[in-house]
Amino acid sequence: MNWSDIFSCMYTEIALAGVIIVALLYDLIAGGRGRRFFHPVMCTLMVLFIAGTIVPWHSGEMEAFGGMYVYAPVYSIVKALLAAGTLIVFLQSDSWLRRQDTSFKRGEFYVLTLSTLLGMDFMISAGHFMMFFIGMELASVPMACLVAFDKYKDNSAEAGAKYILSALFASGLMLYGISFFYGTAGTLYFSDMAGRIDGSPLQIMAMVFFFSGLGFKISLVPFHLWTADTYQGAPTSVTSYLSVISKGAAAFTLMVILVKVFAPIAEYWQVMLYIVIVLSITIANIFAIRQKNLKRFLAFSSISQAGYIMLAVISGTPHGMTTLVFYVLVYMVANLAAFGVISAVEQNSGGKVDMDDYNGLYSTNPRLAVTMTLALFSLAGIPPFAGFFSKFFVFAAAFEQGFHVLVFIALINTVISLYYYLLVVKAMFINRNDSPVAPFKTDLSTRTGLVLCLAGILILGIASSVYDGISAFSFGM
Amino acid sequence: MEYTVLILLLPFLSFILTGLLGTRLKPAAAGLAGTAVTGAVTVLCYWTAAAYFSAGRYASGVFPTLIPWNTVWLPFGGSLHIDLGIMLDPISVMMLVVISTVSLMVHIYSFGYMKGERGFQRYYSFLSLFTMSMLGLVLATNIFQMYIFWELVGVSSYLLIGFYYTKKEAVAASKKAFIVTRFADLGFLIGILIYGFYTGTFSFSPDAPALGAAKALLPVALGLMFIGGAGKSAMFPLHIWLPDAMEGPTPVSALIHAATMVVAGVYLVARMFPLFIGYAPEVLHVTAYVGAFTALYAAIVACVQSDIKRVLAFSTISQIGFMIVALGVCTSSDPHEGGLGYMASMFHLFTHAMFKALLFLGAGCIIHAVHSNEMSAMGGLRKYMPVTHITFLVACLSIAGIWPLSGFFSKDEILAACFSFSPWMGWIMTAIAGLTAFYMFRLYYCIFWGKENRELHAAHRPHEAPLTMTVPLMILAAITLVAGWIPFGEFVSSDGHAYRIHIDWTVAGISLCVAAAGIALATWMYLREDRTVADGLAVRFSGLHKAAYHRFYIDEIYQFITHRIIFACISTPVAWFDRHVVDGFMNLLAAVTNKVSWAIKGMQSGYIQRYSIWFLGGVLSIAIILMLI
Repeated sequence: MNWSDIFSCMYTEIALAGVIIVALLYDLIAGGRGRRFFHPVMCTLMVLFIAGTIVPWHSGEMEAFGGMYVYAPVYSIVKALLAAGTLIVFLQSDSWLRRQDTSFKRGEFYVLTLSTLLGMDFMISAGHFMMFFIGMELASVPMACLVAFDKYKDNSAEAGAKYILSALFASGLMLYGISFFYGTAGTLYFSDMAGRIDGSPLQIMAMVFFFSGLGFKISLVPFHLWTADTYQGAPTSVTSYLSVISKGAAAFTLMVILVKVFAPIAEYWQVMLYIVIVLSITIANIFAIRQKNLKRFLAFSSISQAGYIMLAVISGTPHGMTTLVFYVLVYMVANLAAFGVISAVEQNSGGKVDMDDYNGLYSTNPRLAVTMTLALFSLAGIPPFAGFFSKFFVFAAAFEQGFHVLVFIALINTVISLYYYLLVVKAMFINRNDSPVAPFKTDLSTRTGLVLCLAGILILGIASSVYDGISAFSFGM
Repeated sequence: MEYTVLILLLPFLSFILTGLLGTRLKPAAAGLAGTAVTGAVTVLCYWTAAAYFSAGRYASGVFPTLIPWNTVWLPFGGSLHIDLGIMLDPISVMMLVVISTVSLMVHIYSFGYMKGERGFQRYYSFLSLFTMSMLGLVLATNIFQMYIFWELVGVSSYLLIGFYYTKKEAVAASKKAFIVTRFADLGFLIGILIYGFYTGTFSFSPDAPALGAAKALLPVALGLMFIGGAGKSAMFPLHIWLPDAMEGPTPVSALIHAATMVVAGVYLVARMFPLFIGYAPEVLHVTAYVGAFTALYAAIVACVQSDIKRVLAFSTISQIGFMIVALGVCTSSDPHEGGLGYMASMFHLFTHAMFKALLFLGAGCIIHAVHSNEMSAMGGLRKYMPVTHITFLVACLSIAGIWPLSGFFSKDEILAACFSFSPWMGWIMTAIAGLTAFYMFRLYYCIFWGKENRELHAAHRPHEAPLTMTVPLMILAAITLVAGWIPFGEFVSSDGHAYRIHIDWTVAGISLCVAAAGIALATWMYLREDRTVADGLAVRFSGLHKAAYHRFYIDEIYQFITHRIIFACISTPVAWFDRHVVDGFMNLLAAVTNKVSWAIKGMQSGYIQRYSIWFLGGVLSIAIILMLI
């Protein structure tokens, strides 16, 4: 394999690295006038990047660096979708980055965010546990910086500390698990390992350790405890990035590795996922119903959503892979819309993020209230919004594999989740408030982001071509 | 012919635009936009029809079935998938012409009729929605797509009947229309599902092995589909919604409840005709009996109604009965031998759409002039409204079946088909045709002749409608005058081959005589200023008169069945179960959730060291569980 082949299969990462370098240089060189165009320039670059990479360049699976790096069309699509999510986060973060105390750090925000994205891309494409680990760490470390972005605010600093300490702990356990694998299998290449997994107790323990590292990223119970504190403390744009992009990438990678490497011990990891799914969905729901802070509320909602995502993983079939990607996509647009509204209200009302502050939002800011409602409806899985279809598909994928009781438990939890999602809707539409959030006009950038999300919520479910398109590529795994 | 996609897209865009902009648009702008779009669609439809029919036939002598655009919308695996597409064949192209013509006329007419109404923009937006749905229904490539648009026309009909949503009767009527047709559509849906399940496709023409496999259940599926069609086309006993639907604006009645939507059931049977003939001829004949009974029932009721729109509504039901009968009496797909009814039915659908729309639009002008639907407020209007009078007369003559108007030709073909099926069916339908002539001329004389309601007219002098309203009348009247000479069989026939219409003068002579007798009777009874004969008859047969006036108490029977039987004996116990058992379970779920929530809140303590312990504990417990199993 020569260099040009290597470059042509790593096109996503190379292009992304290019965008990062441009951001770094722009930050360094641009003067006062030039900085005003930083945001449009970055958004344009991201659009170009997504447009250039969303259609897979190659139809088959490829390798580079002796199997360290693996290319598959479906990976390429997932990476582009994550980049699209990142673009929406960029669009929604502009008004926050304009603020006095953050405007000079704008460049840092872009570079850090894109670095985590690059890390996730490598993580997805890993063909070796070391490569996977490096990718994951590349995503973790800048993420901690992002969480602590408003470092002079106690909340943000505390969130950053909690995140980095928990991440270290998880990484440590994971690395420990990986070392067991090396000890028992003698290799860390995914392709070689599949034949050497025999289900010895040590390997099972190693798998659980390994799983905990990704479980941390996806914030599954019982690895989720950092989530609420971090989501609440981090700047809202970072929270939204953390809740969808980081989670989506980790969930996808988990499925790929479980299916590729751990197929021989599927009965074990299916039990493990079974336990984790039931715990995640149930416990997160139980916590979510009592939350007063919307960011914290969405943190628990995202934990329970992660449980639903795992329903797609547990099936372990190509069909499950399709539903996973689709679920992540739909979850991404809905969650980004919800966080976009929260961010807009926060920026324009002097930091209001409590549910009580949203009382009567409909009377003052009807469009934002409706956007939020649609996002929550989609998260709750109410037809005809995209969330209904994505939930239906993951339920169907798990049901097909015989997890009937599990699907039933998930269904009951959907009822509970409906309650707390509607609580927010009730606050906005029905509850009275003497001093509601004053009417305000969102800036063009935020509005564009919200419109993109809304379009996704409304269209993704009904336009079957999206699901079919993903499905066409997923069978390569 | 990919441009046919525009036929659906344009009205859809117009619906979205005028709907979203709403009152931000000036009424006239919304109306103009809707009308311009419909005009463009009409041009496209005519263009399509011209291109399609002039492109010629296959060597076998049939017109090709074209699918210029198609996309798989929802695949189910195997051969079963739902497509969205556009299908052109003789009947769908014919329907394009009918729908676009009437829709355009109604769009223009509504400028005058709806002038100054609150919600003018909303009205035009709904009209666009309806036009899109109806065109989509006829262009559907498969039965499921047809069902989707079928429901869409149902919704637009519901929205337009309830257009005056502050009026109690309108709201009740729209609900009634929706519920009754939805109830019938349940049959349709079950029929579609059976059909799809056993043939493995939703296509209109499955291949022979698939049909062979489904042979035993095809009659059931087709019968259930016909129930859906009977609901939309107001066949007895599902007709009860149509008379009430007259609460909607009159142009809407003309478009939806006379010319297009109500014939969807006829179209459905025509669409499935090859299957009916091939696999379920007995079901087809049942539809004929249903149609004949409906035609008779509605014609009798129409003779005694006093609200002019109700008369027209029952007349519509009766005429649709004719079309269904014509389809139902077919015994083969050869037009020369037992298959004539197919062509006759489509022909009558075409001519009826034109003259019935004309009648309704004329009635709209009259209502516009006297501000009442009741015949008692009319009489002697011919002096005040010459254009309406002449065009209305043309339509009445046409529906009565007088040569050389269009209704004569199509009705003659239907009667010929009936006679060839069985003589008594032919005689019954001829008698109903006579009744038709009678009640239509009763209506005509009561409106335009007879005693004038002077005190009412003195307070408000009736006047001819503005040009926007009379021009559509004249156009439709012109079509009614000449449409009979269209060599319809050249375009549409049961086996697709060209069929030369020849008039069976025995049948035609009988029907002309019967029609003339009906008209003569009506003239004798209603032309004079005093109505002694009519009133005397009403008194002598007061029981029958009262029963007919109350539509033979069908609505009351429905009321009894729904309230006394269904609500009391089924719904109440179910409601109890729902309130106590289902809700109880949900409440229990909520209570448990809440309790647990309080109990375990300590887990989220905020201390990172405790988090780590949970984390490690979790990992180890899972590992132990896995090793134990």
